Amino acid sequence: MNMKLSPDLLSNAPACKKTRLGVTGVNLFYGDFQALRNITLEIPECAITAIIGPSGCGKSSFLRLFNRMNDLITGARVEGRIELDGINIYDKSIDVVELRKRVGMVFQKPNPFPLSVFENVAYGPKRHGRHNRGELEEIVEKSLRQAALWDEVKGKLEQSALALSGGQQQRLCIARVLAVEPEVILMDEPCSALDPVATLKIEDLMRSLTESYTIIIVTHNMQQAARVSDMAAFLMMEADRAGVLVEYGPTSDIFTNPKDKRTEDYITGRFG
Amino acid sequence: MLGQQVKVATAEASPDNGLRRRWRIGEKFIEGWIFLTGLLAIVVLLGIIALLLKEGLPIFLDTPPWEFFFGTRWYPVSEPPTFGIMPFFISTLWVTLVATAISVPVGVACAAYLAEVAPDKVRETVKPIIELLAGIPSVVMGFIGLMLLSPLVQSAFNLNTGLCGLSAGIMLSLMSLPIIVSVSEDALRAVPDEFRQASYALGATRWETIIHVCIPAALSGITAAVMLGVGRAIGETMTVLMVAGGALAVPVSPTEPMMPMTAAIASGIGNAVRGGLQYQALFAIGLILFILTLAVNIIADRVLERQKRKFAR
Repeated sequence: MNMKLSPDLLSNAPACKKTRLGVTGVNLFYGDFQALRNITLEIPECAITAIIGPSGCGKSSFLRLFNRMNDLITGARVEGRIELDGINIYDKSIDVVELRKRVGMVFQKPNPFPLSVFENVAYGPKRHGRHNRGELEEIVEKSLRQAALWDEVKGKLEQSALALSGGQQQRLCIARVLAVEPEVILMDEPCSALDPVATLKIEDLMRSLTESYTIIIVTHNMQQAARVSDMAAFLMMEADRAGVLVEYGPTSDIFTNPKDKRTEDYITGRFG
Repeated sequence: MLGQQVKVATAEASPDNGLRRRWRIGEKFIEGWIFLTGLLAIVVLLGIIALLLKEGLPIFLDTPPWEFFFGTRWYPVSEPPTFGIMPFFISTLWVTLVATAISVPVGVACAAYLAEVAPDKVRETVKPIIELLAGIPSVVMGFIGLMLLSPLVQSAFNLNTGLCGLSAGIMLSLMSLPIIVSVSEDALRAVPDEFRQASYALGATRWETIIHVCIPAALSGITAAVMLGVGRAIGETMTVLMVAGGALAVPVSPTEPMMPMTAAIASGIGNAVRGGLQYQALFAIGLILFILTLAVNIIADRVLERQKRKFAR
């Protein structure tokens, strides 16, 4: 193993941190097809947890469990428990809208609304009852600053968001999520449609956000997982195409000292 | 050196090695045919405009344009005859207004239901049925308006007669509904799913997603749908002729009997002497109708263009 990890990243090992999301014995079905089998892990707060694995192993499906986006797919069914701060989010009493306010999501392809930059960031707060213009302006500026986009767009808040570059659009999408003030941010391959420079900007941004946010990122890019994440979960497909959790632990352990042979084969590029 | 290469190339291509350009007679024929049919549409359109201008404009030699447009008296057989089309114009406005006020909200809501809420099975059943509504002959709609709707309108609003602009407008709204629903639904379904996902992921409800994301994103298509519906309402003749009541006064409310421009032409043309003043006046009304529908189409086109530019990726 010749994976270099910066020392500050190693010191950031989250072993001492509190569990924010707990997954216990989760199975996910799409109709008759089982997409995930018996997954159990604990995701620490204020850290970045990377989900890695070969294509089709259910990484995105797994990520979408945390804000119940799988609910939108007809025939999707979840067994087991997923807890946010100890509360089962699949309980009947849970309001999905409230859950999604607390668990935000950034998608693979930048998907700003066909609205102005301002309206994109203000969308979430407006839906949650904030209509005071001054207050919205404050939220928009704060969110754009947090997303390291403010200096690039402050002069064109009223322009269409679709006129921004791909990297700017993705940071706008992150700002849009931050404006809702979530606790957890899910990122589904947020850099796969971006060039290396834009990717680095997003990664820097993610590191800066870990102080106050719990981030879960699905990524195809091993270097990215090694660079940014504190914890890493390796998922793989079994013979019946259901995804299982092979190994989970601090990123440094997964990349330098994997316990499972399959993990080692994958991260050294022998398959996938 | 370069010249040499070219020489070699032509020398190789000249024998028939299967690459020589062929004269494809079928292709040329099809090209010519498509060109001709395209030309035909333009020729017919220009012909219609020329005819309307030739037959309609001479009325302005007799009646000045402002008297024609703003005159409130239409007495084509008096001595001297007067041709003021204000009653017809206002009637058309009322009827179109009523039709639009009903068909746009109902049509867009129906489209939103079909595109965003209804299960696939419901959509696949309901949409063809709504589109079938467009195929009902206008004389049948007129008959329904006459027999079923107008008594209801009469008793509901306590009127002397149920044959009025309101009844005609309601029937017209039913007739422009199918095109509004169909085109709006297509526009909504064309909105990328990633917008909906983003909205849901931000904690928006389905209703908020439809109102604040889907409809704005589909606005160009919905606008086109509305314009098509309005165009249909302005141009529809038989139903308004049968249901609107046919009064010649300037209507101040939609509950009065009235005669929209299309009905005025249809009911007057039978008695008009060819080339006479009334004949010319009716053609001039036709010209105005043509300009009106053309304007609606051009506005719709502009809106579509602007939306496309605004949201182009």
